[in-house]
Amino acid sequence: MAREIPFLLLIVLSGTSGELCVARAMKSIGEVTDFRPASLIRVIFRAMRVGWMWMGITLMAIAFFALLGALSIENVTFVVPVTALSYAAGALGGKIFLGEGVSRRRWFGVLLVCVGVTLVFIGQK
Amino acid sequence: MKSSPGLHLKTFILIVLLVIFSPLGNVLLSKGMKNVGAVSMSAPGELISVFMQVFTSGFIWLGIGCLLLFFVAYLLVLSWADYSYVQPASSISYGVVAVLGHFFLHEQVTPTRWAGILVICLGVFVVGHTPPRTTEHN
Repeated sequence: MAREIPFLLLIVLSGTSGELCVARAMKSIGEVTDFRPASLIRVIFRAMRVGWMWMGITLMAIAFFALLGALSIENVTFVVPVTALSYAAGALGGKIFLGEGVSRRRWFGVLLVCVGVTLVFIGQK
Repeated sequence: MKSSPGLHLKTFILIVLLVIFSPLGNVLLSKGMKNVGAVSMSAPGELISVFMQVFTSGFIWLGIGCLLLFFVAYLLVLSWADYSYVQPASSISYGVVAVLGHFFLHEQVTPTRWAGILVICLGVFVVGHTPPRTTEHN
């Protein structure tokens, strides 16, 4: 069971940091209101000019390879629920890094998710 | 504008797309990696042959395709909704992936693990019922 732990840690930490960087990049672009393909392509090109986007993509790529590593060892019904730990990291990161408001209710939800992940771990055969 | 029915509908549609593509992608990747076999971090010399096996697998490419569609939908929704709202709301997919893994990959899921997944979804439900935006955009 210990073999997949480094992969799981990488998925959660690198994946969450990557998503936060991407979120920061997209926020700097502003709300997307036009969903026509040509406009979407322009949005993608604009996003690619933001440094945070590249940082995010690199971190998410690392998380992707870690996911492949974990899936080569353990079942998807174990690996994916355990990566829900990124909720805790995400709520914390969203608050600190993006200045987003995280209510008590959200923290309670995050706590439930953590309890669920613990049960998934205990339920591993 | 902090929040409006249109903003909620747009957010809802994109979250449905996230919930479909992400679990499907993960299940396809899992199927592909089962064929490759266990990868070890302590054997970096084997990585090249593992890479070759991974990137010649049809299931892996299908999985990557689904995850790319997920990523595009994710980027779009993040342009207006909070990260700490989108991530939990879209993550009903943790339940969907367990169901897909159980039925399509025939993975054994213990009752404790089902309970854990249910609690995760409950947590997601609690977090999902908060406003999609708490910060004002410039």
